[in-house]
Amino acid sequence: MKTVGSLTITTPSDREIAMSRIFDAPRTLVFDAYTKPELLKRWLGVFGGWSLEVCEIDLKVGGRYRYVWRGAKGNEMGMRGVIRELVPPERIVSTETFDDPWYEGEAVGTVTFVERGGKTTLTISMHYASKEIRDTVFGSPMEHGVAASFDKLAELLPSSA
Amino acid sequence: MAPDRLDATFAALADPTRRAILARLASGEASVTELAEPFAMSQPAISKHLKVLERAGLVSRGRDAQRRPCWLEAMPLAEATGWLESYRRHWEANFQRLDALLDEMQAKKSRESIKRKRRRQR
Repeated sequence: MKTVGSLTITTPSDREIAMSRIFDAPRTLVFDAYTKPELLKRWLGVFGGWSLEVCEIDLKVGGRYRYVWRGAKGNEMGMRGVIRELVPPERIVSTETFDDPWYEGEAVGTVTFVERGGKTTLTISMHYASKEIRDTVFGSPMEHGVAASFDKLAELLPSSA
Repeated sequence: MAPDRLDATFAALADPTRRAILARLASGEASVTELAEPFAMSQPAISKHLKVLERAGLVSRGRDAQRRPCWLEAMPLAEATGWLESYRRHWEANFQRLDALLDEMQAKKSRESIKRKRRRQR
């Protein structure tokens, strides 16, 4: 499989973490893949027997979204939030809350799509309620949380790798 | 690692002083007095942080009543940071699937534009 860019993870401020990746496609397509449920179901968190069963997005400012992943054993993980800012195909700001939260407070995610020479840089930046929460999340538990939420990611990875 | 243990590990790692203590212990064992030196903190405050690290299984202490040296337990830390690697791999995998999907979308788009051109030419 072709990989255009490698994933970079940075900490732009005390309360943030950001993840950046270049894709070999115009940003209208990347934006669609990020916001259309039928497309999201093809790539977001679908591996090792997990599928994105529920994917609903009311794509407008103030609109709600809801994702529910289901594992091979029928276990589920859900996430929801509200869209705060929307500038297609450039920028989306939304809140993020897990059904089974593993950190305090609401996280706010800013996703930007920057196109240059037909390639798109996708940046997902998460802003947490405090530095302590960010550190708990980033120093470890974003992966811990994501992993725990995805029901023992560590167990799934060897079988899906 | 059991989830409870992992929770304790991550809670212990969430504090900058405790991370600094771990960084110091990574270069070799040390006494509480030695650990307290670089910090503007009392020995009891450092001892409190050490207890959290001990409970999380990240640090062990010797029995020698005089000095009670502390040392790093590398294994839980490696397991904990393994999650970070898992996280990265999780997103790498997501984005590789997105690469494939975007290829497919672009191919479809160019097929459609060829069709449109043909139609116009007729």
